[in-house]
Order: sequence, then C-alpha cells, then structure tokens
Amino acid sequence: MSNSSSSFLKSSLGKKFIMGFTGLFLISFLVVHVCINACIYFNDNGETFNMAAGFMANNIIIKVVEVGLFLGIIAHIVQALVISMHNSKARPQKYAVQNQAVSSKWYSRSMGLLGTLLLMFLIVHLANFWVPTKLALYGENAKFVGYNVPDGFAGMKENPFEALKTVFANPIIVTVYLLGLVSLFYHLLHGFQSAFQSFGLNHKNYTPFIKSLGFWYSLLICLLFASMPITLFLGLIK
Amino acid sequence: MSHGNMNLTLKIWRQNSGSEPGQLVTYPVKDISPDMSFLEMFDVLNEQLVAKNESPIVFDHDCREGICGMCSMVINGRAHGPKTGITTCQLHMRSFKDGDTIVVEPWRAQAFPVIKDLTVDRSSFERIQAKGGFISVNTGTAQDANCLPIPKDDADASFNAAACIGCGACVATCKNASAMLFVAAKVSQFALLPQGKVEATTRVKNMVAQMDAEGFGSCTNTSACEVECPKGISLENIARMNREYLVANCVD
Amino acid sequence: MSKLDSKIPEGNLEQKWTKYKSSVALVNPSNKRNLEIIVVGSGLAGASAAASLAELGYKVKVFCYQDSARRAHSIAAQGGINAAKNYQNDGDSVYRLFYDTVKGGDYRAREANVYRLAEVSNNIIDQCVAQGVPLAREYGGMLSNRSFGGTQVQRTFYAAGQTGQQLLLGAYSALQRQIGLGTVDMFTRHEMLDIVKIDDKARGIIARDMVTGKLERHFGHAVLLCTGGYGNVFYLSTNAMGCNATAAWKAHKKGAFFGNPCFTQIHPTCVPVSGDHQSKLTLMSESLRNDGRIWVPKKQGDTRKGNEIPEEERDYYLERRYPAFGNLVPRDVASRAAKERCDEGYGVGASKMAVFLDFKAAIERFGKTQAKKMSIDNPSPQQIKEFGKQVIEEKYGNLFAMYEQITGENPYEVPMRIYPAVHYTMGGLWVDYNLMTTVQGLYCLGEANFSDHGANRLGASALMQGLADGYFVIPYTIGAYLSKEIAVKPIPTTHEAFAATEKEVQERIDKLFAIKGTKSVDHFHKKLGKIMWDKCGMAREEKGLREAIQEIRALREEFWKDLRVTGKPNEMNPELEKACRVADFLELGELMCMDALNRSESCGGHFRVESQTEEGEAKRNDDNFSYVATWENKGNNTYELHKEDLIFDVVHPSQRSYK
Repeated sequence: MSNSSSSFLKSSLGKKFIMGFTGLFLISFLVVHVCINACIYFNDNGETFNMAAGFMANNIIIKVVEVGLFLGIIAHIVQALVISMHNSKARPQKYAVQNQAVSSKWYSRSMGLLGTLLLMFLIVHLANFWVPTKLALYGENAKFVGYNVPDGFAGMKENPFEALKTVFANPIIVTVYLLGLVSLFYHLLHGFQSAFQSFGLNHKNYTPFIKSLGFWYSLLICLLFASMPITLFLGLIK
Repeated sequence: MSHGNMNLTLKIWRQNSGSEPGQLVTYPVKDISPDMSFLEMFDVLNEQLVAKNESPIVFDHDCREGICGMCSMVINGRAHGPKTGITTCQLHMRSFKDGDTIVVEPWRAQAFPVIKDLTVDRSSFERIQAKGGFISVNTGTAQDANCLPIPKDDADASFNAAACIGCGACVATCKNASAMLFVAAKVSQFALLPQGKVEATTRVKNMVAQMDAEGFGSCTNTSACEVECPKGISLENIARMNREYLVANCVD
Repeated sequence: MSKLDSKIPEGNLEQKWTKYKSSVALVNPSNKRNLEIIVVGSGLAGASAAASLAELGYKVKVFCYQDSARRAHSIAAQGGINAAKNYQNDGDSVYRLFYDTVKGGDYRAREANVYRLAEVSNNIIDQCVAQGVPLAREYGGMLSNRSFGGTQVQRTFYAAGQTGQQLLLGAYSALQRQIGLGTVDMFTRHEMLDIVKIDDKARGIIARDMVTGKLERHFGHAVLLCTGGYGNVFYLSTNAMGCNATAAWKAHKKGAFFGNPCFTQIHPTCVPVSGDHQSKLTLMSESLRNDGRIWVPKKQGDTRKGNEIPEEERDYYLERRYPAFGNLVPRDVASRAAKERCDEGYGVGASKMAVFLDFKAAIERFGKTQAKKMSIDNPSPQQIKEFGKQVIEEKYGNLFAMYEQITGENPYEVPMRIYPAVHYTMGGLWVDYNLMTTVQGLYCLGEANFSDHGANRLGASALMQGLADGYFVIPYTIGAYLSKEIAVKPIPTTHEAFAATEKEVQERIDKLFAIKGTKSVDHFHKKLGKIMWDKCGMAREEKGLREAIQEIRALREEFWKDLRVTGKPNEMNPELEKACRVADFLELGELMCMDALNRSESCGGHFRVESQTEEGEAKRNDDNFSYVATWENKGNNTYELHKEDLIFDVVHPSQRSYK
C-alpha cells in the first residue's frame, strides 16, 4: 500500500488529484471567508462582523484548520510548480504558429499565470489583514495602528472592522483587490469543474450541473468579495 | 465543383533528422484545385521538388481516408488543420482561399521526436499499449460470443472509445503535450466491458506509469484534445481513467 | 502437375479440417522456444498469426512499413465480418456460408479451403469478443447482425462503419501483449525487400530500415507473408498509398508461384475521380445501395444537374436490366453496368465518368413512414423531406459527411456521384491447404494469397479470411513443417545466402539511383495505372490485353532509363520506397495482363468481352477454365503456366443470374 500510494502521488494523475483536492478545499474555505466578511452588510458599525472575526481568531478548531489551510495553499502551489516544470519539458520545441483559441478557453490555458497573480494578491492580502491580526493577537506590543478594540471581546485586542475601513480607504489597494478578484474568478471558473474531472467525476447527466454550479459559485463569490472594498471605499457601509 | 484554382504560399518545417536543427522553408505553389485534398497538394509540391532535383518533403500518410491515423500535420497552428472531426488527409483545399499562407509543422512533443521533416516517431504510443492495452486471452480459449451479454450502452461507449485511431493529435494539440486522451481511450475501451474488468487495475496502473515514463505532460483539463480529436473521443474517457486509476490505487 | 500439390486432406468435406487438426504433427513446447518465425505485414492476418504463434511459444519477429502495426490497411474495412453463427435463427449454417462463398467466387475457389474458412468463422467472432472488440449489440446485450452484399441470411457482424479498425485493434492488442511479454520482436518502419533461401527453404528476409535506410538480415525457420493485395498496380484504388506487392513479388521471383493474378475486384460505389491530382479513391460502403437508386440521364451527354433532370428522363439502368435484384446486384455486375453506361456517353459530372446514386426516393419513403409514426396526417412536402433526411442521417450519416467532405456537395440535396474503383485482389501467391507457397517454409496469409475467394469476393469475407488464416489455420498447419525443422539451429545471418541476397537488394537500390533520369516515380506509376485500368480493368479483351502487355514492357524500359530518385539510399526516403514498389508493379502488371489474356472466359470480377451472353452478361467456361492459373517465374519477365484443377465434389457450378 505504501509503495502504491507513493507511486500514486508521484504519477501525473496523482498530482492532478492533489491539485483538485487542495483546490476544492480552498474553494470551501472561500465560502466560509465570504460569509464572515458578509457580516459587514448588517451595517451595524461592524458589530456582527467583529464578533465573527473574533470567533475565527480565537476558536481552537479554526486555528487547527488554519494550519491545514496554509498547508493546502502550499501544497497547491508546490504541486502546481512541479507540474508546470514537468509540462514545459514535455514540449521542448514550440510551435511557430499556434491557434489554441478555437479549442480551449484562455483561462483554462492560463491557470499558472492566474495562480501566480493570485499568489501575489494573497501576499498583499495577508500583509493587509492576517499579519496585523496575528501581531495584534500575539505580537510583542499586541497593539497595531488602526485597531480599536471595543470592550467585551475577550482575547480580541483590536477592531477588525475599523481595520477594513482603513485599508479600503486607499483607492490603489481597492484596485489591486478588484484585479485580484478578477484573477480569482477565472481561476475558479476553470478550477472548480476541473477538480471534478480530475477526480473522475464526469457524467453526461451531472457535468453540465457541475459546470454551471462552478460558474455561479465563481461569479457569486467574486462579486461578493468585490462588493466589500467598493462599498467600504464609497462609505456605503458604516 | 471547381471554383477556379488557387496560388498559395506554404511555410513547411524541414528538418533532415532528429539530431539536426530544422526551420520553416517557404514554397509557393500555383494552380491548386479546390477539389484536391491537402495531401494531394503536397504531392503536387513534391513533384515540383523532384523536377528540380530537390528532396521532397517527408510526411506520414497512408490510407488517405481518415482511418489509419498515420497523417499528422499541424496546419496553421491546428492539428489536422482548420476543420474539426477530420484528419489531415480528409482536409480539402476548398477550406483555403487564393493567396493564403499556410504554415505546416510536425506534431511537437518530447515523446514524439521528429524523424524527418513532418514525420515524427510515435512509438511511445506503442509502448504504452504494450503495457496493458489488451485483454489477456490466448487464441482458442474463448467461449461462445453470446455467452456474455453486454448492455448496448456499454458496448457503444466502448466502441466510441475504441474509435481512437492513435494519430496523436491530442498530444500535438495539448498545451502540455499530454497523452491523456489517447491512454484514456484505450483504458476506457476495456474498462467498459466485462471482459476487460478482470485486469482493470493492473492495466490502468501500468499504462499510466508508461505514459509518464515516456515524457508526456500532464492533463490540465483544457479540453483542447477533445475538440481537435478527429474521431471525437470524449473527455469522459479521461475522467473514467482518473476514476479507474484512483480505484486501482485504493484497492491494491 | 507435379509442382502443384494442394495437400488437401482426404475424406468428406465436413471432416477434412477436423481430421487434419487431430492428425497434424505437433511441435513440443520446448522445441517451439527454439523455432523462429518471421511475419511480414501486421494487418488482420499478420497480427493475428504473430500473436497466436507467440502464444504457442514460438519466437516471432514482425515487420511492417507503417509506424505502428495498427495502421495496416485492414483498418479501412467498413462493412463487417461474416460468420455462420446463425444467431438470427434464419437458417444459416457452415454449409451455407461455404456454399455462398464458393458461388459468389464464381466457382473458382478450392472447396476444402472455403469449407474450412466457413468452419472457423465462428471461432473468430468468439475470439474477437473475448479480446474486447466492441461489435454492435442489440438492447438485450446480444450481438447484432446485418445482411450484407445481397445474402439471404443475416450473418454479418459489424462495428458501425469501422469493423476493420475494431478487428485490427483486437489483433493488434493481442500482438502488443506479446510484444510486452517479450515473445515478439516488432520492427515498424521496416520494409521487406527480399526472401533469403537456403537449401531451397525460406530462411529469412532482407528488410530495409526505412528510418536509417540500412539493410538488415533476419533469420527465421519459416517466413509468413501477410502483406495484403496488389490493387495499387492500378495507381488509383481504395488501397492505402503504401500498399504494395513487393514482398509477394520478391517471393514469386524466388520460386513462389502466383495464382490467378488477373482476379481483381472492382467496387461499384466509390467517390469518382475529380482530376489528375487524384492520389487515391475512397470507398462508400456498399450498404448505400440498400436505399439509394442508381441512374443516369436517358439523354447522352446531358449536362443538367441531377436535380434538374425530371423523373421520366432518368434511366434506372440496374432496375431496368436486373428487375429481380435491382440496385443490389453483386459488385462485379454493378460495376460493369456503370462502366457500360459511361462508355456509351451517359456519364454524369464534370468528368462524365460517374453515375448518380440518388436518395430522393428513400428520403420521401422514410419521411412518409416517419410522419405516420408521429401521427401527422397530410404532412407537407417540407416535413416529409425533413423527417426523411433524419432517418437517412441516422443510417448513413457518417458516409454522407465523408462524401460531402471529399466532394463539397451535400448528398442530402443533390444525388451522389459514384464510380467503380479497384478494391481487392482475389489473386495472390499460390498456397496449398497448409497456406504454404511453392517455396518450402514460405507461407502466405490473408489477401496476399489466392486461396478462398475464387474470382470474386463477397462482402464481409475479407476480414473473415485474414483472421481465419492468422488465428485458426496457421497455428496448426505450420506445425506440419516446423515439426521437421526442430533440429535446425538458427542460421547466423553471416551465412553466404544472406550476404548474397543482401548484395542483390543493395545492387537493385544502387541501380535505381544510378538511372539519374528526369521522371518521378509517380509519373510511371500513373501511366501504369492508366494502362491497367483501361485495358485490364472492368472489361478485358484480347486486343487490349496484348496492347497492354506491349505498353507495360515499353513503360518498364523507360522506367529503367529515365527514372529519377532523389535523395540518398541511407536515409528516410519515400521516393526510393515508391521506386522499389513501382518497379515490382511494372512486372506484376504484365503478368496480370498475361493471366487475363490466358483466361478467355468471363468469371466473377474477370470479364472478357469475348465471353458474354447475348444480354451482355458474363459467361463462364467451366470445361476449359475450371482451374487455378498458377504462374512460375522463369526469370526475365517470362512465366510458365501451371494449372491446379478445381474439383467440385459438393457444389455444382451453375451460371449466376440476377435477372
């Protein structure tokens, strides 16, 4: 079994399986993420949002899952690099003329590029929110500019909602986020249904459903995410 | 049916052998009838080259009716040319216009090294097939053919997978030069039949291992192979192979 | 006569093969390991023979000129494969299949061979299904059959329109399995250029590696030629571009007699020639004649389009001449009738060498039935046409698409244009009951031999014969020879016979390059094809055949004076490959004409103008020609005729009539 599983993971099919598996895991994370963030639409001066954020920051299960999440992202990226390197060796001499547009979608062919953009965006995103939160929680001063913790939130040192507003007051950052979300949309558009194909789930009765689910999922998630910096920037959310 | 003849500019990949570099060489051709097949247009060009005592362009072709899978040209960036559902030999010149420039290249993949000009070595497919693309039944040991009823849908699906002509257009088209569609078609053909289930796990494992060893890229599910496949082999076969492979690795 | 011993076993026809199998000498498994067999060609016959022999334990080497065994031209067969399973309960039997094949061959085949073929036909289907060949099935899961080529029973098994491909993939998979097991050495992109004989026995071949151009020597205790037919003598045929007679012809020159070389099958429904550029012809399945009606205009030289010619000005000549069989007359009859009309000036299309195959009536008929099914009273003509088209598309969609692809015309709207084309050669190397040629240890299987189809092959019988020979005949019959060869140690290829034969081959290649003339190989091939088609094609007469022989001789002379082969011998060089093949065609073509000249009767696909009934039908002459014309090569394009008399113990030759 051990021999078999290692050969499975080393095979091209096994690698794709890992890509799909980690991808779907990240897709499920996005649902949680967007739900928490959507709490700002209670428009209650961030009260609900801060409550949810506080829960996420302190719950022990979430903390464990968070480690898994990072491992998932790393596995997804490493596997993507390994596969891309292997793939580029599979065609050393390129075509002089290639007409791929007729046979496949540009974003299906550009998952590596979209993924790289997403990684860059992710670094910005983590620097904006995750690092400050961790610093606020565990940092030496445990105090970060822009955070203002209301009373009554045990363990929560700062106010994440205020932080949101501060960050998204910057039009450049808002633009970066919107571009990042466009990349995310196309990455998901291919990735969602592709994961099912890699698991071997392709059936004439169900695949159209999976594909449309993937489309609506990608659209909804990205629109919801995109609405947040926009509404905050425009001051529609108080 | 003739709509007047055409003059064309061809840019064709010439490469003397696998160990030498190649390049695109420009050849004008005149007076090409729209009723000619693409390969007949090559015949005309080659006759001209012979007349000039130059060596003709080497390209694979045999049946010229779209079934042997020998012909293999990337025409203006598309495997088997601008039309779908046909092989290069079934392409006719009426698909082009007077004055067109046509770029013709060989299949390009690490696992399909160029032998000469537009001819490539597809023996990697042979080795994959030899690893498991069969049912181990010796001649003479078979029971009566109707002892084993097979649901029509399964038989038809198996047939649709078996329609693969092994031309390699899937590899040529795939951005990663992946052979998944070919291997999946072979795996599926047998996996769908009760006769083939006996060896299903070893078959898929051995064929995938050989596919990887040959240096093909991996599948990114862009579905380009399905679009360019002259026989319309479905992506469902790739999913089936993924499934078979997963199960095979889970059970032993 | 002493030179031809057909070795047909004694006894009743039904018992011959059974008795033979239980009495033929066997080779001990430990001896099989030391016996090497060379198989040339990897089509149905070659691949099935190689796989089966390797399974038995022999060491096998397989050679093919394509880049994969799976690409042999067996793959292009569309229609199906016959077997006497009687799954349809419609009265079929081994005897009926045997009888139909002998009759269909116009009584010019050997009874014992054909009976054996019919007997093993059932095993073939079992074997193929076990291998995973996806033959068509009914909803109940049982195998489906159809009627093919005008037979009265449904005995044809099929896999949509690509039965050949599916059967070949079955044999190929068996072969690949043996390659994977290390029991078969596969040599793709290799062409056999000569037989090596030692002490009058075939002991190996000289093959050219088509990638490097190197000549190679290969030893075998026996050599099997499974190299297909020689239809490409005609330049234009439904054969693949690479199909050739070289292996068989080289064997012939080394002592293997050639049987019935003039027996050629011309298939009536092919896409017509569109111009001088034409490189090959494409077959449209015979099944189209089930629903299509064949006609020409009643007026000579009518230039109107098919659709513009009113009903009363159309001549449905097959229905007129053969009211009983109509459009379903056998291939040879349909082909000749089309030629007759075109020769008389009634042909259609730009070249005037085509007839119409019209589906208008079928579309209307199906459309009306369909409307009834859907309970539509008084359907509009538009509706009828639409429904009819749907039915036709379901039945023949792929063929219609293929036609449109080639011609650019939509056959749902305008009648198809068709014309006969060379399709199959019934003649080939003469073999005895064991499939051995007149050279000891040299066997010939499949279309390459002359054996089972007489003067005309029935539809769906070629696949049957190839697989019968490879799977179920040669594994037994080769034992009769190899059991006597067990003491022979593999002969090293340094043996002088190998060296001498390789030298011969090398000199032939050098000679071709040394001509340094001005004309390409195709130039000569096209000229040969035209001579053959005009004078040794669908209708042959003494004057034309004599002219053809002279013209071929002159052309051959010109070939050896003015041929230009570009490139070098020691590289991948398709011009050289073609030159070697055409050099052989130029000799074989002459022999075909000589054979056609000798056989002054009409039979099957061979129609001698001098031998016809008052109504213009083929007239056989059993008193003088009930024999296999077998030609021995005496060198320098001279031949000696030997006759193997055909003895009919069971069936009684009668004149075919389709009126």
